[in-house]
Amino acid sequence: MLYRISCTEMDALFAALSETKTVYLPADREDGQASFVKWTEGTALSNRLNTVRSAKDFFFPQIQPLARFRREGQKIEITDLREESEDFVIFGARACDVRSFEILDRVFLADPVDTSYQTRREHAAIVTMACARPEETCFCTAFDIDPAKPADGDVRAYIADGYCYLEPLTEKGETLLAGAGECLEESDGAAVEAEAGRIRAILEKLPLASLKPADNREKELDVFNSPKWEEMASHCLGCGACTFVCPTCQCFDINDFDSGHGIERYRCWDSCMYHDFTLMASGTPRLTQKERFRQRFMHKLVYYPIRYDGVFSCVGCGRCLRKCPINMNIVKVMKELTGVRPAGAGEEA
Amino acid sequence: MMQREELIPMLGQVTDIRQDTPDVKTFRVVGCDGKKLFEHIPGQCAMLSIPGVGEGMFSITSSPTNEAYMEFSIKKCGCLTNYLHSIEVGQQILVRGPYGNGFPVEGFFKGKDLLFIAGGIGLAPLRSVINYCRDKRENYGALHILYGSRSMDDLVDYQEILNEWTRSPDTHVYLTIDREQEGWDGHVGFVPNYVTELNFPTTLVPVICGPPIMIHFTLENLKGLGFREEQVWTTMEMRMKCGIGKCGRCNIGDQYVCKDGPVFSFDKLSALPDEY
Repeated sequence: MLYRISCTEMDALFAALSETKTVYLPADREDGQASFVKWTEGTALSNRLNTVRSAKDFFFPQIQPLARFRREGQKIEITDLREESEDFVIFGARACDVRSFEILDRVFLADPVDTSYQTRREHAAIVTMACARPEETCFCTAFDIDPAKPADGDVRAYIADGYCYLEPLTEKGETLLAGAGECLEESDGAAVEAEAGRIRAILEKLPLASLKPADNREKELDVFNSPKWEEMASHCLGCGACTFVCPTCQCFDINDFDSGHGIERYRCWDSCMYHDFTLMASGTPRLTQKERFRQRFMHKLVYYPIRYDGVFSCVGCGRCLRKCPINMNIVKVMKELTGVRPAGAGEEA
Repeated sequence: MMQREELIPMLGQVTDIRQDTPDVKTFRVVGCDGKKLFEHIPGQCAMLSIPGVGEGMFSITSSPTNEAYMEFSIKKCGCLTNYLHSIEVGQQILVRGPYGNGFPVEGFFKGKDLLFIAGGIGLAPLRSVINYCRDKRENYGALHILYGSRSMDDLVDYQEILNEWTRSPDTHVYLTIDREQEGWDGHVGFVPNYVTELNFPTTLVPVICGPPIMIHFTLENLKGLGFREEQVWTTMEMRMKCGIGKCGRCNIGDQYVCKDGPVFSFDKLSALPDEY
């Protein structure tokens, strides 16, 4: 079933959904970039390609409180700080970001399950928005993601001809749209098919359209020992920006913070690009930036695929291409490790 | 009410502290009800923490056959371990685990003659499996224990070794220290060389734990005696935060030491990137 609503009436849709759930959507910021915000009356859906930060924040927030400890003499008191998530809607995440949830699921939902992640996953309904204007940093198609007809999420959405088209993909998606009430009208698929065709035509011409990651699962040691890492990592500053904007980077730290009202233990994002990531009393096995750089890309392109049936831990969102201060990125690494060059464009990604 | 979160620790308390060497203490830990916190396999680890100080992964040094408590032999070498060395009996402590695969005591090791080779605090992870084998004596062949440290004073569990291990049936203990010392009439020299000197038969299954440099040369010398990588075992150390294969830092190639290890046979390690 396909529904539609005029783009001028989106507020009515968001208001209807907000009656039972908190709605988050990408909105334009003053600095010209977009980020996910909680919908309030008048918040408009951004037309930008994607949000600065990925959508992983919804399930794997930068800081997750775990427990509070109080110490008195030799005694310790433990208070669980986790909270059950409320129902919420992510309206308008892109297909790349929505695919990243599946990649995170394999880690966080594996036994023993990460309960904070799990409760958020269970309470979320996801509306995946087709990409009206994919850009030259996009390469999700390398990972079999279709931004012209998103396959993941609970509802697939398009903006075309002044309407927002919505198609439920799961039972949760059907329930969500049923809750939207009378503001939706049924529609045939003609406009959506035309829009998907228009997007595919753009995709074919993108500079990274022919990029394909190599399956190096059988060559773990060869790739690890490649002399190319030295050169590729030579300018890496170790800033970790790539890991923070990455929708699939899932490394975390666990730390204590003394708030003055007890000690809070929290889980927070960490980065394999940092020197102290593996530092022990006896030293670190990753002595220079080369080893840390290599770890990040080996994890995404070799280790993760070995563990999970050939699936890569990258969705081609292109955030790291935009944000790296030295213009190094996973596309260059993929090309070095496969020899694939993009069609119709120069070598620079 | 949410289900239990693995990253939120349980409460335990320290019921005994033994000064083993000048920089190693052994802590006895039970739950607040006085009972053992959880069951484990020899070679598995647990996360110990003191709020506001830190959390770290430690080998469980007691054998699972000990039904009353768990023990941890801890060397003073960093922030958390310094703090632990300052606590007193009765201190509550945060514990979670057990983590890791453990030694194949019910698999590959069963029925075999075992050769334990330890250096310094490296005896800690092996003590669990050694005492397990001693308690299930009928399941294993001869037990050879080669243990070396810098000096006589640095031999962890020295009293237990003298009073119990040397008196166990078909158990052979070989001690060595790095340099001559007054009051020591035993062997003097490094562990790897002693391995070659003793010329162990290749029917034994060696299990090595110690500083990386000792492991490296011991493995070389074992190979010199004709041992094959797939029959030699070790237990690895890496920085860990979660203990459950999620936080992403303790990997050697595609293997997480906290979850897939810490116990590996050397043929498995050789197939992984050399980054440990």
